[in-house]
Amino acid sequence: MNSLLSKTQCKSRNKWLTYLAPFWVFTVVATFWHFVVVWLQVPSIILPSPIAVMNALWQERVVLLNASWVTLQAAAVGLLCSALFGSLTAVVFSQSSLLRIALYPYVIFLQTVPIVAIAPLLIIWSGNNFRTIVLVATIISIFPVIANVTSGLLSINENLRELFRMQSATRWQMLTKLQIPAAIPQLILGLRISSGLAVIGAIVAEFFVGNSGEYDGLGTIMTSRQANLKTAELIAALMACTCLGILLFASVNLIGATLLRRWTRVSGFESER
Amino acid sequence: MRSLLVASNGTSSKSMPPIISCQGIALAFGSRTAKQQVLSDLSLDVQSSQIVSLLGPSGCGKSTLLRIVAGLIEPDAGEIIVDGELVSRNMPRTSREKLSFVFQEPALLPWRTVWQNVMLPCQLRGEHRKRETRDFVEHLLGLVGLQKSDWRKSPSQLSGGMKMRASIARAMSTRPAILLLDEPFAALDDMLRSKLNDLLLAIASEQRCTMLFVTHNISEAIYLSHSIAIMSQGRIAERMEVPFNFPREAGLRSTSTFAAYYGQVSASLSRGNS
Repeated sequence: MNSLLSKTQCKSRNKWLTYLAPFWVFTVVATFWHFVVVWLQVPSIILPSPIAVMNALWQERVVLLNASWVTLQAAAVGLLCSALFGSLTAVVFSQSSLLRIALYPYVIFLQTVPIVAIAPLLIIWSGNNFRTIVLVATIISIFPVIANVTSGLLSINENLRELFRMQSATRWQMLTKLQIPAAIPQLILGLRISSGLAVIGAIVAEFFVGNSGEYDGLGTIMTSRQANLKTAELIAALMACTCLGILLFASVNLIGATLLRRWTRVSGFESER
Repeated sequence: MRSLLVASNGTSSKSMPPIISCQGIALAFGSRTAKQQVLSDLSLDVQSSQIVSLLGPSGCGKSTLLRIVAGLIEPDAGEIIVDGELVSRNMPRTSREKLSFVFQEPALLPWRTVWQNVMLPCQLRGEHRKRETRDFVEHLLGLVGLQKSDWRKSPSQLSGGMKMRASIARAMSTRPAILLLDEPFAALDDMLRSKLNDLLLAIASEQRCTMLFVTHNISEAIYLSHSIAIMSQGRIAERMEVPFNFPREAGLRSTSTFAAYYGQVSASLSRGNS
């Protein structure tokens, strides 16, 4: 009983630490940053003090929130496209080893091509619009989905495979009743990695779309603040980008945890030895 | 058709052709240069409604033989005839449906409830909506000792023994004529193992099912089966008829005759594998 109590105490202490420890780090770093700026008299164009950044964050809150909303939409739609088309590609790969061998190098090409290099090309083809941003976010975030889901569809427990073969299951039954459900945890894993990438893709694409007035995402805001040497505002926008990434990652995690409850549910009792 | 077979079987099982007949089975694993002979010229007959144990040390090819009978592995040579039909990888659906397999691990699908798992084979055959199927599965779940409250649980909420009960119920859900079991109780403790042995006997007598049971546990082999096939080095080294009556007496395992027979089987086993 005693040890149980201390265990729960330990657990709640850990929970507090999870939130408090990063906050302490933030406070220490911000303080250090502030004094460096003050003591060394760093020009605010190079490095504004954290107070100036907080100020900028407050002043630009409406602009930043609007821009974040636009970028979030692009990244989220890009992530959904990755989930959809990545999973479809993986299903095709799982059904034909010939197609898998023939096409996998090009999928790897998607992963290794510098997104910064193809973004301008995509803008030429698709225009200064939301669609292009989504396209770039999709391209950069699709690989983890394809790779993870393909391996999930193919690495099925041999006994389960034999169970289906014993019932003369069709290919379609094998896919829908065994392979796809078994690959769901892998899909969630892939999407976790992809969520950060989708945000990066959206922001990078926005750099190139530029401040055309047609589209205002976090990336466009950042290019304009950089051009005007508004460093504090630039850092404020950067913080918004980070928050966006965390938000998308946390959403995927939450959805994943809800979906996977059945896969990972831990046995809480033993009614039979 | 099955009831007819069972009815005639009750009177004179010996005169009937065996329900499982393996002739001259040979199989080698590995590459052409480093071939390892797993089974060589193995022959085995199993009469209908009998329980036969394949007993042997690990790696003697018991599980492989079971998979060959199930049509999951194609042998290099020899033929298997199950209920009058030749077993092969692409045997017709109707012939394969006579067989069912219980794996060493419960192999339940984690995303399905117990009920859905047990229903799976029926679902794959498109029979899961039939009233008759549902009634039979309900009956089976009761027979293997899973309470109604457990049916909606997910496999991760079950203990090892309960998972194996569900696994056995799943294998029986399509009313197979032959049940193939690959060391299903190897991972369970002795208490639970003997409980599940009794459960298996109850199922066998109720469903009139032929069973081919792979194990390396001598006492389990004696308790469960009509006849024991001792395997060594890819062959059936000896076939022993178990001299105890069915249904098994409650304290059979602790009797001196059981112990004596245990010694006999044990001696044969070590003779075959020396």
